[in-house]
Amino acid sequence: MESKFYEKDKLLVFKITEEIDDHSVQKIRRKADYEIERFMPKRVVFDFNCVTFMDSAGIGLLVGRYKFANLLGAKLEVTNLTQSVNKIFEMSGILRLIPITTLEESIA
Amino acid sequence: MEEHFENEMNLEFISKSANEAFARISVAAFASQLDPTIEELADIKTAVSEAVTNCIIHAYENKIGIVKICAKLKQDEIIVQISDNGKGIEDIQLAKEPLYTTKPNLERSGMGFTIMESFMDSINIESIVGVGTKVTMSKKIKKEETNQEELSQMTSMP
Repeated sequence: MESKFYEKDKLLVFKITEEIDDHSVQKIRRKADYEIERFMPKRVVFDFNCVTFMDSAGIGLLVGRYKFANLLGAKLEVTNLTQSVNKIFEMSGILRLIPITTLEESIA
Repeated sequence: MEEHFENEMNLEFISKSANEAFARISVAAFASQLDPTIEELADIKTAVSEAVTNCIIHAYENKIGIVKICAKLKQDEIIVQISDNGKGIEDIQLAKEPLYTTKPNLERSGMGFTIMESFMDSINIESIVGVGTKVTMSKKIKKEETNQEELSQMTSMP
């Protein structure tokens, strides 16, 4: 997972580059929480453009980060959902909680 | 009489989460003999990943045990059986409830069985507390209609 913080917009973007399962979320979770605490962003965006696989561990990951970001006053959003990722998102109902967004070209 | 299967493979590995990717990719590679679409293959991978994760997180918890996968191909159908000798499920109906999880502290979503049910055509769960759990799932790979049309056109040609 790559991350980038945009100071001007207080925007923290996580670009997930690995398959998301119960194994990989442990590392993603640690890194995401560390960076959210470090930068104290207003917006946190998870970019799924490079995600070729995700199971329900991804839903647990996002609900957890949603709560953590909320606690620190940040809004959580997701972007670039691939077809298979979207299928699981829709099934889970998580999109009622976490909106889909698009990043400006200069950022994405 | 024993049923005749056209192909079969068996896999055994220890219950380490690093093996989740290995398990789903192996089953997907085996299933590819049926010429599935990318979406069907993704469904199979996801269902296998959920079942194997259950074995690792719930059945064996933090202990090391053996997870077994047996996959069979029968005509246009794949049947995948994933079993463990872990602690078993006390109440299968409850475990299958969407969003039900015994481990919310681990950020589990409680969607495992819901995903298996909706991504596969059928699922059967057998479990004995203290003995283990066996999940059997099947999925028919639909052949594209255009192919069949083409085929019938070809065969009806003079």
